Amino acid sequence: MTMLNRPLGLSRAGIGYLLILPSLCLIGVFFLVPLCMTVWMSLHDWPLFGTSTLVGLKNYAELLHDESFWRSLLFTTKYTLIVTPALFLASFVLALLVRRPGRWSAFFRTAYFLPVVIGLSTASLLWVWLFNDQVGLFSALLMQLHVVDEPVQWFDTGTTSLLSVVWMVTWKMTGFNMVLMLVGMQAIPKDLYEAANIDGVSPWQQLRYITVPLMRQTFALALTISVIGSYLAFDQFYIMTHGGPNNGTVSIVYWIYRAAFTYTRVGYASAMSVVLLLILLLMSTLQLYLLRSDDR
Amino acid sequence: MSATFETPEQAEPAPPPRLPLRRALYLTAGVLLAAGFLFPILWSVLTSFKTATEASASPPTWWPSRLSLENYVSLAHFGAGLGRYLWNSTCVSVMTVIGVLLFSVPAGYGFSKFRFAGKKLLFAVVLSTMMIPFQSILTPLFILLRRLHLEDSLFGLALIYTTFQLPFSIFMMRNSFDSVPPELEEAALLDGCSQLGCLWRILMPVVVPGMVTVALFAFFTAWNELLVALVLVSDPNKFTLPVLLQSAQSQFLGGIDWGLMQAGISISILPCAALFLALQRFYISGLIAGAVK
Repeated sequence: MTMLNRPLGLSRAGIGYLLILPSLCLIGVFFLVPLCMTVWMSLHDWPLFGTSTLVGLKNYAELLHDESFWRSLLFTTKYTLIVTPALFLASFVLALLVRRPGRWSAFFRTAYFLPVVIGLSTASLLWVWLFNDQVGLFSALLMQLHVVDEPVQWFDTGTTSLLSVVWMVTWKMTGFNMVLMLVGMQAIPKDLYEAANIDGVSPWQQLRYITVPLMRQTFALALTISVIGSYLAFDQFYIMTHGGPNNGTVSIVYWIYRAAFTYTRVGYASAMSVVLLLILLLMSTLQLYLLRSDDR
Repeated sequence: MSATFETPEQAEPAPPPRLPLRRALYLTAGVLLAAGFLFPILWSVLTSFKTATEASASPPTWWPSRLSLENYVSLAHFGAGLGRYLWNSTCVSVMTVIGVLLFSVPAGYGFSKFRFAGKKLLFAVVLSTMMIPFQSILTPLFILLRRLHLEDSLFGLALIYTTFQLPFSIFMMRNSFDSVPPELEEAALLDGCSQLGCLWRILMPVVVPGMVTVALFAFFTAWNELLVALVLVSDPNKFTLPVLLQSAQSQFLGGIDWGLMQAGISISILPCAALFLALQRFYISGLIAGAVK
């Protein structure tokens, strides 16, 4: 055994503990403690500034009948169901396009990925401007091409608002999912394709019988990340639609934010957070279960 | 250094003999899509250099009639002045990067190269916190910070961001240290360097790529984040850029100063784009490593 220099006379295990201790403390204080606090607070009538009163499960009972809560939950689900396939398809197609090696592909990959790093709130502001009826590009283009006669109000109805947000998020996150897809495609052994080429299998059939089936785990991962991310959406609705029109585009996190900081009902917001956490836990478990596919 | 990233290996089977038509189609499609993705950003930057009136023109003009720095000047004087907000964002981001490195490098080292009871369990706990969405613990965080007298402080914000980044960063650093062959450390110890000296001089240079990745992710989070900053900082003088921009949106009662917004947006985008283009390789490899978990 080597003779180790022992700072503070600690054993090697002791040093190990010392090294991870600060991180554990930080995570404990700012992650785990708030988590427990959320549950604890959900059992109280807790105003933002002031004293709290223990009320047991009253918040949860109220939640069951809260129309706005269920509406925002429904909306968030609707949003997730629209944006996820859009992202999935776009990123898969792009990955197919740019998976070949070469400088052009590398350039394309960079270009498609760039929106990912610019920040969701910045992107939201950017697209609020693009979608604006007076100064926005799209409205102007449609008018110039004589598709419409007057400026287009993209945020007038719930549907157009939702679709505008979906369009922005697709622009922003496709590059990210594309990289996930590329990683999955790389994992497929080249000999499968070579053998298929020799056998005269067409590219479409190769896609259908080799690529897609072998990417099941990648698909599951991309879906999981996408679904969870969509459920937690806030920035885009806060900035682009302000929850409107008529509170029709209030996502669940946005609603929790409002409950806690606009209506200052922190206890109630905590109850909603707990429900949200449970839903996410359920979905993650479900998707993890689907990930446990048999290996062929 | 080329400004593009390559996924580590070839992801496509050996292509059949390339027809010029096929390649032309591929390039056309690729370029059109690239234009589509890049256009909003470029258009915003272009607009930021138009005069203020032209930037708010309806319908919008394509090409600026003349270039002007008006919007940046207005931004410089907006609210407490752009300099103040840039300073805030930079402070928070730098503190976060330093914090993340300070905590995750030793932790990664510890989890990787040392053996102690409960290591696996502790690591699992650290990883599992990645699953906790910060959006769901926001309200207790607010109250907690208030009790610690850290509300409305950039340091408090950086502390939160650092904590959020820790699970992923520790995971990355542990992987980095894992890939260092144990013989390297043993040889150094045999040569008589202390445990800490070992870490500093022998191992750190090897894990620098992992550190760059971790620092990048930390920076992007801290620079771009809105919700936590919105909740935890109410003093307008302490606003970070995202909070400033979204408040600018709601502040203008009549018409929004679009030129000013684009200037703000362009400035927000600049460091992220620059860092990404320069250090793509590290960012993408971090992404891939996280995905393959």
